[in-house]
Amino acid sequence: MENQHRYPARSTAIAARLMGGEMMIMSPVNSTFFSLNEVASLIWQAADGRTSLAEIVDTRICPAFEVDRKAALQDAEEFVERLSRHGILRVSTEPVEDASDSEVPLA
Amino acid sequence: MSLLAEINQRALQLGVPLSVQLDVTYRCNERCVHCYLDHDDHGELPREEIVAILDQLADAGTLFLTFSGGEVFLRRDFLALVAHARRRLFNVKIKTNAALIREQEARQIRELGVDQVQISVYSHRPEVHDGVTRLPGSLARTLTAIRRLRAHGVKVSIANVLMTRNVADQVEVQQLARDLGVGYTLDPTITPRMDGDRSILGLRIASADLHRILHDESLVGDVQEFCAPPQNVGADIMEGYPCSAGHTFAYISPYGEVFPCVQFPLACGNLRRQRFHEIWRASPALQEVRSIRAKDLVVCSACLHVGTCSRCPGLAYMEGDMRGPSTADCEKSLQRTGIASAGMLRFGELSRPRLVQIQPVTPLSAPQSALSAAR
Repeated sequence: MENQHRYPARSTAIAARLMGGEMMIMSPVNSTFFSLNEVASLIWQAADGRTSLAEIVDTRICPAFEVDRKAALQDAEEFVERLSRHGILRVSTEPVEDASDSEVPLA
Repeated sequence: MSLLAEINQRALQLGVPLSVQLDVTYRCNERCVHCYLDHDDHGELPREEIVAILDQLADAGTLFLTFSGGEVFLRRDFLALVAHARRRLFNVKIKTNAALIREQEARQIRELGVDQVQISVYSHRPEVHDGVTRLPGSLARTLTAIRRLRAHGVKVSIANVLMTRNVADQVEVQQLARDLGVGYTLDPTITPRMDGDRSILGLRIASADLHRILHDESLVGDVQEFCAPPQNVGADIMEGYPCSAGHTFAYISPYGEVFPCVQFPLACGNLRRQRFHEIWRASPALQEVRSIRAKDLVVCSACLHVGTCSRCPGLAYMEGDMRGPSTADCEKSLQRTGIASAGMLRFGELSRPRLVQIQPVTPLSAPQSALSAAR
């Protein structure tokens, strides 16, 4: 898998809100709730369809949490895969312009 | 505990208004016999003010947003409001009679990612439904719109308010919902008008009908569990909050007024003069509502049903005391379990005609709310 070429984008169909430092996201597929921790929230917020997953890990995760890049990328892949199954993220192999016009709830 | 229950608990701890109902108009194209609203427009919030309120709610942490009315589609800008709400990532529900939902609106509702549309249906028979709405042809238009929404893949739920005029059709409406492939909810409570007029309470269904509904497995699930006699409750229940009104729920009228709940007409502030978070944090009225624990309820704290009753503080407020009983919920507890509530016992004792009547010199203190309820 060419991880560098995966571009996650937040779905506009979700509902989400930041509460007490955690991102609460409701899947549009089956109304399942997800609570994202700080790292997962960072990835989700950065998923604009134009930034690759590898770049997100390199620029947002590794500097902030001092984690091993390989392990961080593997975790991020699993996270993106899981959220894409629930329609919370969409993943493409090319950058997507105007992937999401929804606003990201920030603290 | 489910994640949703955890979110509710966290919202309560953090003081977050997790759920809000925003009525965008009180105008309506129907004139339902049981409606509690004044349908005249006394100066609705314009689009830009509602957009600003939606932004304030998003900043305050509100996730679940219900648009209601009146009939929401009487506002030409309604779907623009929904679009803004969805851009702010609210989970949006719409309450409507659906009569004005055409192909274009159904498609837009789907595209905007509205979670659910709740549609009022009173009967499967036009003569009964249209008799309630006082609008000939209204059932046909509503059912056409439900089918249209379903064809677009929108989640729909039928809301069946029960009253004397339509209670005989409840089973058929439930079957109609199944046939249409939509959800079904039932509300057996007719409430006073917002101006205090209680004349429509005569539409409330008979006790026998309420008993049947509360013992219907298809509506309540495990009947034995649902209708079980009340158990003694612990200190955790007595120290708990009676309901979410004013704690994690707020209601906003088309005029910008903020209330603890939809039918809890305790004015807490107006968004034309204050920002939402100022009202939510500092309103003395909301703080009073939040101060009430189950142990503070003047009659209900001594009631066997205190741990399981659906007591509505808004209805209690309209009966004279937000800490008092709500007679509609006392009746539900009785019909559910066969055991009279403390409020009913007090009410019955005070209202029963006596051969020898004694006029107390000083007002009775404890049964104050029951006296209020008797007025």
